[in-house]
Amino acid sequence: MTASLSAPPPALELVDATRVFTRRRGLFKTAGKAVRAVDGVSLTIRAGETLGLVGESGSGKSTLGRLALRLVEPTSGRLLVDGRDVTGVSKAEMQAMRRDIQMVFQDPYGSLDPRVTIGQSIAEPLKVHGLWDGDGPQKVAGVMSLVGLDPSHADRYPHQFSGGQRQRIGIARALTLDPKILVLDEPVSALDVSIQAQIINLLQRIQRERGLSYLFIAHDLAVVRHVSHRIAVMYFGKVVEMAERDNLYRRPLHPYTVSLLAAVPIADVRMRNRRRTSVTMGEIGSATNVPPGCRFHPRCYRARLVAATGGVPTERSGDALLPRACLIDQPELRSCGGTDRVACHFPETPETRSEVATAVLQDIGYPPIRPIPL
Amino acid sequence: MPNHPMPNLHPVAPAAPIAPATAPRPVALELRDLTTVFPGDDGPVTVIDGVSLAVRAGGTLAVVGESGSGKSMTFLSALGLVATPGRVRRGEVRIDGTDILHQPPERLRRLRGAVISMIFQDPLTALNPVFTIGEQIVEVLRAHQRIGRAAARARAIDLLARVQIPDPVRRVDDYPHQLSGGQRQRVLIAMAIALSPRILIADEPTTALDVTVQAQILDLLADLQAETGMALVLITHDLGLVAKYADDVAVMYAGRLVETGSMEEVFTRPRHPYTRALFRSIPRLDGPVDEELPAIEGQPPNVARLPPGCAFEPRCTVGRGRADCCTRRPLPLAGDRSGHRSACFHEDLPDRKEAAR
Ligand SMILES: Nc1ncnc2c1ncn2[C@@H]1O[C@H](COP(=O)(O)OP(=O)(O)OP(=O)(O)O)[C@@H](O)[C@H]1O
Ligand SMILES: Nc1ncnc2c1ncn2[C@@H]1O[C@H](COP(=O)(O)OP(=O)(O)OP(=O)(O)O)[C@@H](O)[C@H]1O
Ligand code: SF4
Ligand code: SF4
Ligand SMILES: [Mg+2]
Ligand SMILES: [Mg+2]
Repeated sequence: MTASLSAPPPALELVDATRVFTRRRGLFKTAGKAVRAVDGVSLTIRAGETLGLVGESGSGKSTLGRLALRLVEPTSGRLLVDGRDVTGVSKAEMQAMRRDIQMVFQDPYGSLDPRVTIGQSIAEPLKVHGLWDGDGPQKVAGVMSLVGLDPSHADRYPHQFSGGQRQRIGIARALTLDPKILVLDEPVSALDVSIQAQIINLLQRIQRERGLSYLFIAHDLAVVRHVSHRIAVMYFGKVVEMAERDNLYRRPLHPYTVSLLAAVPIADVRMRNRRRTSVTMGEIGSATNVPPGCRFHPRCYRARLVAATGGVPTERSGDALLPRACLIDQPELRSCGGTDRVACHFPETPETRSEVATAVLQDIGYPPIRPIPL
Repeated sequence: MPNHPMPNLHPVAPAAPIAPATAPRPVALELRDLTTVFPGDDGPVTVIDGVSLAVRAGGTLAVVGESGSGKSMTFLSALGLVATPGRVRRGEVRIDGTDILHQPPERLRRLRGAVISMIFQDPLTALNPVFTIGEQIVEVLRAHQRIGRAAARARAIDLLARVQIPDPVRRVDDYPHQLSGGQRQRVLIAMAIALSPRILIADEPTTALDVTVQAQILDLLADLQAETGMALVLITHDLGLVAKYADDVAVMYAGRLVETGSMEEVFTRPRHPYTRALFRSIPRLDGPVDEELPAIEGQPPNVARLPPGCAFEPRCTVGRGRADCCTRRPLPLAGDRSGHRSACFHEDLPDRKEAAR
């Protein structure tokens, strides 16, 4: 992608970012196997844009989010903020940059100090950046009511709040500095759907007003659809699909994306008794023991279908017959017409869409099946 | 989970219909009038107010409701785990007809884990950071069973495999911080099912999991229910999971139950205005994306300062400003013969459109 000279640089850019964790084990601290939590991921987020990030549990989403703030250091690759390469800048300078990039953590309890009142927690970023003044208390009360917390609870401690309330504390804290980029790690998964709707509406309103960029990590595909402009799907440390929002839900290309869509639980009684297409199979892979070839092949329905149809070289793997390509070649992220990109040898393009993918799309409402009006 | 050589191209057969009502299974867990208070600035604050619920052996009760409405606290109270200075003020918790709440602490400790166990909502704080996950599972097993270290470790690995932790032989020696959020959540599930409890309270067990793993975990719990007759309480915000797995639903608001009934009843004919508003807020895969999501306007209630009448009144599009809703005593649950009950003065009135933004 070559941006024209006048186009502003992306708010955030990761180039070939990789993070390897080596786990130490045993008495003698011998190096264990390395985990490539994030493996060569490149992405950009424009000003005012939301990039949704979904993917399997343990696929490296949180690590990727932390890389964007350099809360974990990349093993290799580059990080650019507003076009400026900040991969090598000093810790102190990075600390100053964090005024513009804030993170809402997945685990709101773990990220709040139990001995500090939540008012102090929310005020802390202001103090760290030397912005605490006479208006401080008012700002804290302001963000608290912004996220639906009662400002009179500022002197309470984290344990006195429910899980969802703590999540709102985390969001309030990230908003105090008026950042330009927010990394939101599962910001609404602990909330009931009504407060979730409030928070999403709030985040979108702030985005419209202040041109904020979001990296929005979540598991709920309906939520991700609602907030994102583009969506990246991760599997095992790699982005396997990157697509415009509507395309991802109407024309999913990667078989893992199709599997995700197939597994979305739908809040409709009829779904319980209606036929659902099942595509899940096999064991979840392991980051310490990455399958060769395409990482998804042990669980991929598409590979099995393609092999059964014939016309490509195949090989046995366990009790399954798979295309040889899937077993030995790791597919690169590439365009298949348009701006959307996919890492698969046999993507589910509209022309070659499998029966499975077609059924899944029907299940989730493309073409739409009208829901029961409530 | 069998490793299917071929994908299932055929539609999955619908879930077997829920066992006919002719031979109802026995009630495994029953809460009666459970009420929990915390000291507040102006006297005790009632965070759980007169909650009565029942779950049958082999059945699944979903508990939904506003964040902060007391879902976790209800079951922490039931297990005798309310943190001081809170305390259960009133009520009974019956397992097989015997009240366990007033048992000696030692006996209660033995019941927890072996008979009734809970998957806690907060995976990081529920795990001890200084022990490996294997050590923590072994600890649970050895506290309740006569089992050697090696056997317990083998069982721990087996449990990790059952909850789909990849590479369990290696992972058993990891510390909690080395796992992703969803992996930690699955470790908690492994600990909770380690002793094959008769009643499992699962508090948001799958929020950190992707939907394919979520489905596998909940199917695993459903298999356990079918095998052992385990009763399951599923506390969740995901109404899709409720539709898929629950037999019965309880809806909470501000520490009280506002609606209970069978899943089919509550989903097809939600009665309480809060429940109706909750259903409207669900983002749909095929819903409009360029509009705001319909949220429930207004602030969540402060349980320390509840209005004298219905707690939902300030936000209710049906009853807001009606003298009978805001001044009369809150209603007890009342309902029809199907067991569908709700606590509202005006549940037959439609929502006022102009108020529902
Ligand atoms: N500090 C660490 N040391 C060792 N391994 C780690 C560390 N942090 C993460 N990992 C490993 O890196 C991989 C990616 O973890 P990460 O938390 O980024 O996943 P995730 O996609 O956010 O998952 P989830 O959806 O469950 O939150 C996992 O296999 C995890 O075990
Ligand atoms: N230690 C405490 N002191 C005072 N109040 C508390 C304490 N712990 C919890 N509460 C209050 O009890 C109420 C119920 O909390 P609970 O954790 O049961 O909510 P929940 O329904 O599980 O919410 P969520 O969906 O967010 O997990 C909340 O209003 C909370 O603020
Ligand atoms: S490359 Fe092969 S195994 Fe991988 S997702 Fe595509 S079809 Fe499936
Ligand atoms: S009692 Fe009145 S205020 Fe309460 S939910 Fe019913 S209509 Fe609304
Ligand atoms: Mg994560
Ligand atoms: Mg809770």
